[in-house]
Parts: sequence; structure tokens; C-alpha cells
Amino acid sequence: MSMERGLRTGAVEIGTSLAFALAGAAAIWDSRRIGAGWGAEGPQSGTFPFWIGLFLVAASIGTLVQAVRAREESGLFVTWDQLRLVASVLVPTTIFVAAIPITGIYLASAALVAWFMHRLGGFGWGRSVAAGLATALVTFLVFEIWFLVALPKGPIETALGY
Amino acid sequence: MEEFGLLMQGFAVALEPQNMLLMLVGVVLGVLIGVLPGLGGANGIAILLPLTFAMPPVSAIIMLSCIYWGALFGGAITSILFNIPGEPWSVATTFDGYPMAQQGKAAEALTAAFTSSFVGAFVAIVMITFIAPVIAGFALRFGPPEFFAVMFLSFASFVGMSKGPALKTVCAMMLGFLLAAVGMDTVTGQLRMTFGSTEMIRGFDFLVAVIGLFGISEILCSIEDGLRFKGQRAKIDLKVVLRVWASLPRHWLLAMRSALIGCWMGITPAGATPASFMSYGVARRMSKNGASFGKGRIEGVIAPETAAHAAGTSALLPMLTLGVPGSPTAAVLLGGLIMWGLQPGPMLFTEQKDFVWGLIASMYLGNIAGLLVVLVAVPWFAAILRVPFSIIAAIILVVCAIGAFTVSNAEFDITLMLIFGVIGYVLKKLDYPLAPLVLALVLGDRTEEAFRQSLLISEGSLGVFFSNWLVSTIMAAGFALLLWPLISWLRGLLPGLPARRVRPA
Repeated sequence: MSMERGLRTGAVEIGTSLAFALAGAAAIWDSRRIGAGWGAEGPQSGTFPFWIGLFLVAASIGTLVQAVRAREESGLFVTWDQLRLVASVLVPTTIFVAAIPITGIYLASAALVAWFMHRLGGFGWGRSVAAGLATALVTFLVFEIWFLVALPKGPIETALGY
Repeated sequence: MEEFGLLMQGFAVALEPQNMLLMLVGVVLGVLIGVLPGLGGANGIAILLPLTFAMPPVSAIIMLSCIYWGALFGGAITSILFNIPGEPWSVATTFDGYPMAQQGKAAEALTAAFTSSFVGAFVAIVMITFIAPVIAGFALRFGPPEFFAVMFLSFASFVGMSKGPALKTVCAMMLGFLLAAVGMDTVTGQLRMTFGSTEMIRGFDFLVAVIGLFGISEILCSIEDGLRFKGQRAKIDLKVVLRVWASLPRHWLLAMRSALIGCWMGITPAGATPASFMSYGVARRMSKNGASFGKGRIEGVIAPETAAHAAGTSALLPMLTLGVPGSPTAAVLLGGLIMWGLQPGPMLFTEQKDFVWGLIASMYLGNIAGLLVVLVAVPWFAAILRVPFSIIAAIILVVCAIGAFTVSNAEFDITLMLIFGVIGYVLKKLDYPLAPLVLALVLGDRTEEAFRQSLLISEGSLGVFFSNWLVSTIMAAGFALLLWPLISWLRGLLPGLPARRVRPA
């Protein structure tokens, strides 16, 4: 047994199978609402999702039972140290995604690259920011100019006339 | 020999200068994608798919399928030099490839890997060339019940043949079907499972799901180990290539056996990854000195690489002939067909001859191009992994976000991609297979359509799925596969039988 601490696999297994069951139940409920039987023009809209939802609930209950039984002997899903590393990627990425509608994708990308290089890669701010801006510029040239694909833009691009 | 003439016409299409250029671009991009963690065949193609809408379909599929070949080649580079499988199907290549590199035989291992990849692909393409038209011709007689039965069979084989827990496969698959059903019902126009949200009316695009499930989640999994790439250096020169090539014919039997395993696993939707493991296992068991496997035997590189590439290639056979893809990457290509306005299925062979045979011809040429590119450019591709992970990860995340956005110019899709990324990370760590989820998401609408049309024909009786020998046989095969895990589980319950199923940790 290792002495490392973290989130136990059993707990995550149980949580995941419950989430699956919930999704199945939601599908059953919604399909019943719109009709899951035989209508004027054949099978109603809810028929297929209703049965799929039923199968999903059944399979996830089976997984749940197995997970509960094996709970004691389950190992670690992720150690706290690992989770911290994952968060160091996931949190900035979430902020990046949230920022895109406000700042546009170019500025957000530049900031993401700079942040990753500085915090995770240990580069100085000068080089990190330069690399971030270079990424944004190359992306802009490739998509807006070369492929003529419009990506989300923010106030800076608008001020520059795009 | 009608096929031969059509194939020659296909070569004429594939050899057009523009298509040759796209082929080369595709192969180089593909190797790049195969080398980088977090970008694989499936999500690499998903990201690039929206950029191909302006191209003629045949040029687009040539480029995208060449990305796939490139990715199949590229996975071997990181496995052998860095002991990091760039793709899941190259895990088995690390067993003997990396020890060979440590012993200073990296160039030999790489040459053997690339060459056997090429051989595997070649066998699969020859098979596609001759079998595909036959299957397509046969499938022309299929009605909705038969199509539903084929889909049922391929989904059942996921349950029956997956190594993971069967119930988890069912969960992942059903989630895929449900996600496919979200949004507007194409038959009645009714809104399903949108729960009052306007963003949900569009439904879930499988490309966004693929980018999240395979791209973002991979980055999250990689960072857990605090990724540091430490690799062996390799430069391949002509002398080594010729020496290895001279020694390879000795292993022809191994190569053929691996190619056949690969073809079989590729047509049934088991995929390249199990094919490579199975082929490695069979090679070790049948070898006279099986104990020395894992310490740097060239056979241990040949077997998985041949099988993986054969499986990856033959996964396109059911996609082209029946419209049922054999792997997630084939599923993404199928999604491409629909977007370019082509109807996948047996009619492709009669109505889009140029497209089908152009694609098949480009498989031959693309794999030759791939072989040359990787042999020449290995040092440069390996150099990419010397770029710090912090930079690579950030750029991949940006590329994924752009890819998710361009699918349908929706900012909400970027958020969805992130959610799918987290879901993929959890599911992957819990041993839920992602391939059935993606396939169900791609095929969900068409499976449901076939189901509903069949019931319309029979006026609601499920007997339509057993109404003639053809559909009954396919359905029976499906049920047999579906019940297989249950039977082996029940056998394990019987007292006195030691065959108790061991739960994977």
C-alpha cells in the first residue's frame, strides 16, 4: 500500500454510475412527456430515446452494484498531487474558454500560452508573452487571412478594423 | 476485372497535382498529430474537417485519410524513441521498440516499424480493393431492417469483444445514443431532451465531442505524470534501411498473420488497439523464444505495427460499403462524407465511383508517401518532443478550441468541448471505453431512422427484424455477441468452475 492520499476510485465509480443513471432517467422522463408509443405516423419521437434511457439506467445500476461491492479494495483514482497538476491545466483552460466570448480567441490564446509557459514551464515573462503574441499572430494569419475562417474576435480586433 | 479499370481511373484522380500535394500535406500533418500527445487521428481529423468544406469531396477525403495514415505511422516514433505511445495502438510497440532503442538499435526498430506498418496497410488495401465492391453490391439489397441489424451487430460486437467490463461499454454506448438524439427530431420536428435550453436545440455535434473526449482529456491524463520527455536519438540512414529490409523477408509469416489479425479486428469494430495487443500476444506465444520478448526483439515491433496499421486501414471497409465505421477515426471520416453531401453506404460505389476509387487509389499512394516521409524525417519529428510540454499543451488546447468553434461557428461549442474533455478524463480513468460512445453518437440518428422505418414497414411489429434469413442471421449473430459476456459471467458463478471472472482494477 502506498502512503499517498487522494480521491478513491470507488467513490468516483459510484458517482459516475449515478450520473449515468440520472442521464438515463432524464431521457425516460422527457421521452414519456413527448410520447414514447405508437402514434399517427409510426413510432413517436420519444420511442427510441425511451428505450435507450431504460438500457442506460439498467446498465448503470449494474455498474453501481459492482462499484459498491468492490469499494473496499479500490485504489486511488487520483492523488492530491496529481489533482493539483490537473487543476493547474484545467483552471487556466476554463478561464480561457470563459474569456473567449469577451476578449476574442486571439487575446485569450496569447494569454493562455504565456501563462502556461511562465507557470508550468518556468520561462521568464518576457519570452512567455512574446511567444503568446506570436501564437496569436500566426493563428490570425492562418485562419483569417489564409483560410478565410472568422474566429471569435474582441474589442482589440474591432479597434484594428476587423 | 472491372475493379482494375476503376482502380486505374482512381489513380488518375489521385495523381492530379493538387491531390498529390494534399496527400503530402496530409501525411506530414498526420505524423505530427501522431507524435503529439493529445492530438490523435480522430480528433486531429475532427479539427481539420471544417477547413475542407471548400474543397471537392475527393480532395478532402484524400487529405483527411492521409492524415490518418500519417498518424498511424507517427505513433511508432514516440513509442520507440521516448517510450511514450503517441497513439493507443502503439502501446504494444513500446514493449520491444523502446528496449531496442536503449540498446542503440533505434534506427533498426523504426525502420522495421515503418516497413511493417506499410505492409499491414498494403494487405488491408488490397483486401478493400477486391472485397469492398462485392460487399457493397450485396448490401444494395439491404432494406431498413437489414441496416438496423448491421448496426446492431457492430454495437453488439463492442459489448462482446471489448476487454473492459461489458456494462461500462453499454453505459458509454447508450450515452452516445442519447446525445445523438438531443435536439430536433428530423422525422416529426419535435424537440427532444433540450430541457428548455436554446443551445441544446442544435444537438451535440460529434466533432465537438471527439475533440473534447480525445484531445482535452488526453492533455489532462498526460499532465498527471508531470510529463517530461526523455528520449533516445535516432537518425535513419540508407545503410540501416537496406540492412533491415534485407532481414525482413524472414518474418513474412509473422507479418501475414499479424496483417490478417489486423484486417479482421479492423472490419469488426474492435479497432487497431486490441489488434496490436492481440498480434503481439500471438507472436510471443508462437515464437520459439517467447521469453526474450520485451527485451528488444524485432518481431515484437513487427507484429503490433503490422496489425495496427492493417486494422486502421480496414476500418474503412465497413464505412465505405455499409456506412458503419469500424473505428472512431473512420467515424469522423464518415461524418465528413455526410457534411460534404455524400450519402454513405453501398450506393457510394454506384453513384460516386470517382470518389470511392480515388480514395482507394490514394490509400496505396498515401501509404507509400507516408513510408518515405517518416523514413526521411524521423529526426525532425522526434525533435518536436524536445519542445517543453508547457508550450505544446497550450498550443494544443488553443488548436482544439479553434477546431471546436469552426465546426458550426458557435462559441458555446468551446464550452461543450471542455465539458466533454472532463467527462472523457473521468471515463478514461475508470475504464469506460470511449470508442462506442463516439460511434453511437455518429450513428445514433441513422440507427434510429433504420429502426423507425423498419417498424413502419411492419406496422409496429418487432418481428420485422427476423422476417427473412438475411436479417435473422445478422440479428442472431448480434445477440450471440451481446450475450457472450453474460454467458461467461454465469459460467463463473457455477461452483466447481475456476473460470471466475477477474475484475480489472
